[in-house]
Amino acid sequence: MESLSNIWHLGVKELRSLWQDKVLMVFVLLAFTLMIYTAGSAGSMELHNAPIAVVDEDNTVLSGRVINSLQQPWFLPPDIVRYDQIDELLDQGSHTFALVIPEGFERRVRQGQQVSLQLNIDATRMSQAFIGTNYVERFVITEVAEFLQPGSSGMDLPVTLVSRASFNPNLDGTWFGGVMELITQVTLISIILTGAALIREREHGTVEHLMVMPLRPFEIMASKVWANGLVVLLVASMSITLVIQGWLNVPIAGSVWLFLLGALIHLFSTTAIGILIGTVARTMPQFGLLLILTILPLQLLSGGITPRESMPELVQNIMLAAPTTHFVSMAQAILYRGAGIEVVWPQMLALIVIGGVFFSLALVLFRRHLSV
Amino acid sequence: MTETVARLDGISHRYGETSALSDIALEFPAGCMVGLIGPDGVGKSTLLGLIAGARALQRGSLQVLGGDMASQRFRNQVAPRIAYMPQGLGGNLYHALTVHENIGFFADLFGLTGASRREQIDRLLDATGLLEFRDRPAGKLSGGMKQKLGLCCALIHNPDLLILDEPTTGVDPLSRRRFWDLIDTIRQQSGGMSVLVATAYMEEAERYDWLVAMDAGQVLATGSPSDLRRETGTDNLDDAFIALLPESRQAREPGTTAANRSQGAGQPSEQGPGTLAIEAHNLTLKFGSFTAVKDVSFDIPRGEIFGFLGSNGCGKTTTMKMLTGLLTPTDGEVRLFGEPLNAKDLATRRKVGYMSQSFSLYGELTVRQNLELHARLFHLPEAGITDRIRTLSREFDLEDVLDQRSGALPLGVRQRLSLAVAVVHEPELLILDEPTSGVDPGARNRFWQLLMRLSRQDGVTIFISTHFMNEGERCDRISLMHAGEVLACDSPERLAAQTGTGSLEGAFMKTLEAVDKEPKTRADDSVLNAGKEHSGRHKPFSVRRLWAYGRREARELLRDPIRMAFAFIGSALLMLILGYGITLDVEDLSFAVLDRDQTPQSRDYVNAFAGSRYFLEQPPIHRMDALEQRMRSGELSLAIEIPSGFGKDLKRGRNTEVAVWVDGAMPFRGETILGYVQGLHISYLGELAQRTLGETPTLSLVALEDRYRYNQDFRSLDAMVPAVIPILLIFIPAILMALGIVREKELGSITNLYVTPVTRLEFLLGKQLPYIAFSMVSYVSLVLLAVYVFDVPVKGGLLTLTLGALLFVTATTALGQVMSTFASTQIAALAATAILTILPTVQFSGLTEPVSSLSGAGALIGPFWPATWFLQISRGVFTKGLSLADMQGAFLALAAFIPVLTLMAVVLLRKQGR
Repeated sequence: MESLSNIWHLGVKELRSLWQDKVLMVFVLLAFTLMIYTAGSAGSMELHNAPIAVVDEDNTVLSGRVINSLQQPWFLPPDIVRYDQIDELLDQGSHTFALVIPEGFERRVRQGQQVSLQLNIDATRMSQAFIGTNYVERFVITEVAEFLQPGSSGMDLPVTLVSRASFNPNLDGTWFGGVMELITQVTLISIILTGAALIREREHGTVEHLMVMPLRPFEIMASKVWANGLVVLLVASMSITLVIQGWLNVPIAGSVWLFLLGALIHLFSTTAIGILIGTVARTMPQFGLLLILTILPLQLLSGGITPRESMPELVQNIMLAAPTTHFVSMAQAILYRGAGIEVVWPQMLALIVIGGVFFSLALVLFRRHLSV
Repeated sequence: MTETVARLDGISHRYGETSALSDIALEFPAGCMVGLIGPDGVGKSTLLGLIAGARALQRGSLQVLGGDMASQRFRNQVAPRIAYMPQGLGGNLYHALTVHENIGFFADLFGLTGASRREQIDRLLDATGLLEFRDRPAGKLSGGMKQKLGLCCALIHNPDLLILDEPTTGVDPLSRRRFWDLIDTIRQQSGGMSVLVATAYMEEAERYDWLVAMDAGQVLATGSPSDLRRETGTDNLDDAFIALLPESRQAREPGTTAANRSQGAGQPSEQGPGTLAIEAHNLTLKFGSFTAVKDVSFDIPRGEIFGFLGSNGCGKTTTMKMLTGLLTPTDGEVRLFGEPLNAKDLATRRKVGYMSQSFSLYGELTVRQNLELHARLFHLPEAGITDRIRTLSREFDLEDVLDQRSGALPLGVRQRLSLAVAVVHEPELLILDEPTSGVDPGARNRFWQLLMRLSRQDGVTIFISTHFMNEGERCDRISLMHAGEVLACDSPERLAAQTGTGSLEGAFMKTLEAVDKEPKTRADDSVLNAGKEHSGRHKPFSVRRLWAYGRREARELLRDPIRMAFAFIGSALLMLILGYGITLDVEDLSFAVLDRDQTPQSRDYVNAFAGSRYFLEQPPIHRMDALEQRMRSGELSLAIEIPSGFGKDLKRGRNTEVAVWVDGAMPFRGETILGYVQGLHISYLGELAQRTLGETPTLSLVALEDRYRYNQDFRSLDAMVPAVIPILLIFIPAILMALGIVREKELGSITNLYVTPVTRLEFLLGKQLPYIAFSMVSYVSLVLLAVYVFDVPVKGGLLTLTLGALLFVTATTALGQVMSTFASTQIAALAATAILTILPTVQFSGLTEPVSSLSGAGALIGPFWPATWFLQISRGVFTKGLSLADMQGAFLALAAFIPVLTLMAVVLLRKQGR
């Protein structure tokens, strides 16, 4: 009972201190509004405005129709270039694709001969290169079929493939970018706030002051966890309703409340990580370096930016211990696929276990840190 | 005294809403020692800061050494003639640097060279007795030594005007006396040097030639100490000062020293024998090989005021921390109220109130909030809290400031608040570590009256350390400590009698001097060089000053193991994680089939997927809702539904449909999966036709002949590794650089930019150099890793890549400098730089899709972000084998960032404080 009251009062103090640090508050707000809007509106990794150049050696109706078929939003309007310019364009990286339509293209198609078009691809642009190649192929084939036999849809196949993208039918990147940025910021800001709160206490000598009072390390730590977690949860819920649903117009498939519950459990781990780093670091620059060392792998390897299944087995297994992995997979399931608690409970359970482990570890280190 | 060194007219200064100085008009006489006296927070520091040029003038006119301080040109010219030592112990020193390096740095800033530089440094070190400590880091010096070093650094260039802001606050009496002796010697030798000092010690002020008494941002009186005493009809400066205050304020200042000393001399309330509050037996504490406290013992009965006196760094604080349980003694035992001290026992902590040396309350909370917080943490009954706070605020005279933020209050008020907080729970024992350092005489006097009352009326035991002898005289017993050992312990009167000096101060000096010899100096030599070296002209750009900053920053960097380790191991580790972790190959996708047909034909179709390296088959799906469920949980990325009759239709040549569901939550992955599915579908049909008809049908007249350039195997590593290098070379250099500058703001050494001849450009470039070098070391380790661990060859010229990297890290460190100008705390700088660099670098610089494909904000930011161009260079050299000539545009764009960002930083950085 006394313990609970201590945690409560220390936490309120934490909130008051945070409120006074206006610069930090402004950045927290920016992170959860403008940054999310920017990430969401920038489009994402699906094919979008891919730059393509075309060498038209045929100059016929058909070649013109093929060029016109490469259109926005998938491709930027094609630039017509000379054959000898291709190398330069690809070298400079101004174009990802260069399509060559050979002389006699239309004539040979009319004669029923097989024609091949050369497509040069900058393969260093992995995702755009791969997806774009499929698109170019599809557009060219459809255009030729349409030319030969108006109304035909392309290839005449014995088995038709009816494909649909679930949960995001148009594979719209805005949906992805904004929500993933929110997930990123929840992790980043909660670690920074908690860790900084601890370092600030140490730099101002108030930790020592707390230690001569009848308080347990657990109470000091728990108060930081709940107060900073609460702040992040509040701005995150504001961000998801106002910025993501309101400003970016992203449809949320599942329950926002369920997502926030998940975020709450996730914050338990990340705030503990903040304490952990804050305990190890002696000064703010050291905190900064350790933060980078922690936050980059946590985010980049969580499956939020590139798919998990393509990472090496070892990395995948190690990352099972990271809260972000489970949080990302849970958030994607809830927000994009409308999953309910009956689907995401394993991730929630994992987050609780991981949070418990991190919290205990942080508590052990924090105790040792205080006793020196 | 006809000449004036500084002339002030109508000077006013505000910090936000608070007025610090209002309409000051003064003329400081040249060639003498001028003292500013007055309580805390009356504007003494602000006034000195303005005269030194460290703060920007807001209103009024200020002439120093015959020129207008509002003009930047004049300030540049006059800087070598003024020396400024800011408040605080070693505020403008660099703690990681040695004594000699610190002085050397200032010598370089003021353009001293060759033999005269060496000679001057040696003279100063010798005169201050620091010669034998020349290789000790400044951070490890005691408070008194730090102040002497600060003085050396200030005197290095033979100034005409020396400005000292409370130079002896927190310094022990012996060091203090030696400090003033030194100043006297220097003044005798230099003849014309004017000295301006702010002080809280009235007894020191007695030595000055001319005094300015200040209160509440205004000048009360000026004149020599004897003038002031005569005007007010008092016999000491303490009383004279109080007499100068307006009537309304005088009423609240209780009578002073002489009257009170006797009043406090009562004996502690007897509580019978055997009631000892503190027993310390043979306390020893070692930090590694260093013994901080050696074999210290004492017994303190209840209700006694026990004083702890000693030189700086003698182990007073360490002993007190052992009594509170903050430190565990290496040897010996502490008993509080008869019980062995147990640091974990919360009940003992309730009996003790502790006040540490520096203000350690929450400055961002108001006075009331601080009191409430502590009352609640000590679990005072909720109903009584309001009453308790009312009582405390009345007793400690905090009623007027209850709702002000405590961090913004003057030091004396903050110390009163600290004491109020320490007694909020009515402890039986108070441990107070230098509670009155930096507090003005009036406030100190009130503070002691409170202590007396607590001890005499409430029977509270008080253990207090102090540097003030008149406070020591008020204690029941005193212990004199030096170098970790207790030299003497008795009542002040007896100590005075034993040493035969007649006063506590005499006893202190005699006892300490017996063990701490005055540093030997070559008395015959003058401290300062006779020849003045002011060239009179300020060079607008000096490589020497730039280099001084560069070398200093490099030394600090080299002495920080964490930052150094990060250069070598950290970035390499991150590269390993990112290189192996970020892959755009989409593989091993899990899929499952809802096979309503269950014929060999349908099995055959599924095998086309199961056999591919892209897909991993999962247990089949049996019902439609199971398909949805498994897709929803993310278990399946792809689901295939084969209709019943698929096999039959296929054999009869009738058209049939296969439906696939692709997880579109991650759009790029969804696209990739769709691409794979279409490819596999077509190749299955081709094979089927081959098997049944014996030939591959022509499905279309056109075919695309794909030529994958640069990365024929489509290996993700080859594409990602060259992209990871720019990411790492922007985060780390930008953040370290920003912190490197904001750190100076936070620790106070930024003052050196304000008051020395160094220009903003020299300051920025100088500090930038080590970080560029540091980042280039990271760059080398990253390239080695790319080539030898990731097996990604450098197809183009290594020199081209290195040149690109050099331009890039110069631009990214400059970016860090721009960021640093917005932030005043390290945490804000860290957060701002991290947030503002991560997003554009990862999303808008062409890491995953080319800048030309971006839309919205990304398209605007992309081309104006240095990472965009270096990414192009890195990929160009690594994978495309391009030369410098091929990438002229990118190089030029990258190079253009450097002057633009540097210029922004120079413009945004202020050369004066506010």
